Amino acid sequence: MEITIAKVILAAVTTKKNQHLVAGIPVFYAETDEEMIKMATILSRVLEAVAHDMENGVYIIVKH
Amino acid sequence: MEKDILTIICGVAMGTVARYWMMRRDFRQYPSYPHATVTHLALGFVAATLGAVAIPAIAAKEYTAVTFLALAATQFRDVRNMEREMLSALEQSKLVSRGPDFIEGIARTFEARNYLVVFVSLTTSLFAFIFSPLAGILAGVFAMLLVRRFMRGYLVRDVAKVRPAKVHFNGPNLFVEDIHIMNIALPEIKKIYEERGRGVIIEPLNDNGREILANVGQRQAIAHDTAMLLGVHRDVDTAEFTPLVRRKLDTGRVGLVIVPIEPDIECIVEAVKNVPVLESAFVKPLQAKVGRSAAD
Repeated sequence: MEITIAKVILAAVTTKKNQHLVAGIPVFYAETDEEMIKMATILSRVLEAVAHDMENGVYIIVKH
Repeated sequence: MEKDILTIICGVAMGTVARYWMMRRDFRQYPSYPHATVTHLALGFVAATLGAVAIPAIAAKEYTAVTFLALAATQFRDVRNMEREMLSALEQSKLVSRGPDFIEGIARTFEARNYLVVFVSLTTSLFAFIFSPLAGILAGVFAMLLVRRFMRGYLVRDVAKVRPAKVHFNGPNLFVEDIHIMNIALPEIKKIYEERGRGVIIEPLNDNGREILANVGQRQAIAHDTAMLLGVHRDVDTAEFTPLVRRKLDTGRVGLVIVPIEPDIECIVEAVKNVPVLESAFVKPLQAKVGRSAAD
């Protein structure tokens, strides 16, 4: 059986520059909500993944 | 000798006709594309031959010839493997996958139909040998009808009630009535779901239905068939529009959300109703005492 990685967080996009200093995945910082949405859209299209809203100003891009 | 030949011809002909008749060339268009049809007709012919020669062989006191049938079993298991491998390989190029349960069901059906062909040709040749070729053909037709009846499985409409339901958002969360489907962040995607998304609630009629719908493979089959019939508004880079079927844990109800190309809700309901209940998902907890007494 082929083993693939499914359900993995590929990136995070956030407007909270100061609070989320995490390592491990690429984190993209946006100035405004509009910019965050735009970045999340582009990332999800390019990575063929889905953007999910953590409801705290962080979007995660998840490969399903 | 002439009688043997006539018997075998009758058996082979009826068996091959039976195989052709059993091929369901409906919307699934499988295995209707010409080459798959030829492959399965050829295998059906082999199966029919094996079935047809058994009776004359026994009559000629060639008892070892019956071991032929063992060969048939091996042969047909390969048919199952062949179908499984092919469908699994093609799975990657489908926008909405069939799921392993559906594939296994299809593969198993292909194997079983060859055994049914053996049954038809064996019956035909038995009657043709004992009575006359005409009696053989009649017996073959009767066997075919019996097989047809035997082949018919259940559909979702037999185990559950299907009705349209409202698709709505609560914050980033997408719901079909009270069933949570997924979390969507992007406003652009949400807008499309609000405008064009269609929801369906599938309510099991009893505990048997509840357990059938709990099967993930069954739910994937529902998503696949619905998407295939009504089209799906997605491409490889928009994974958000994958039709999803999720379960309400409290009640066992199941909700489907899809963004179809054809937004006709009655057709979606009808499509869901006609999805076959997969053999691997089919369970009957109500047959057991514990299941019955727990169901109240």
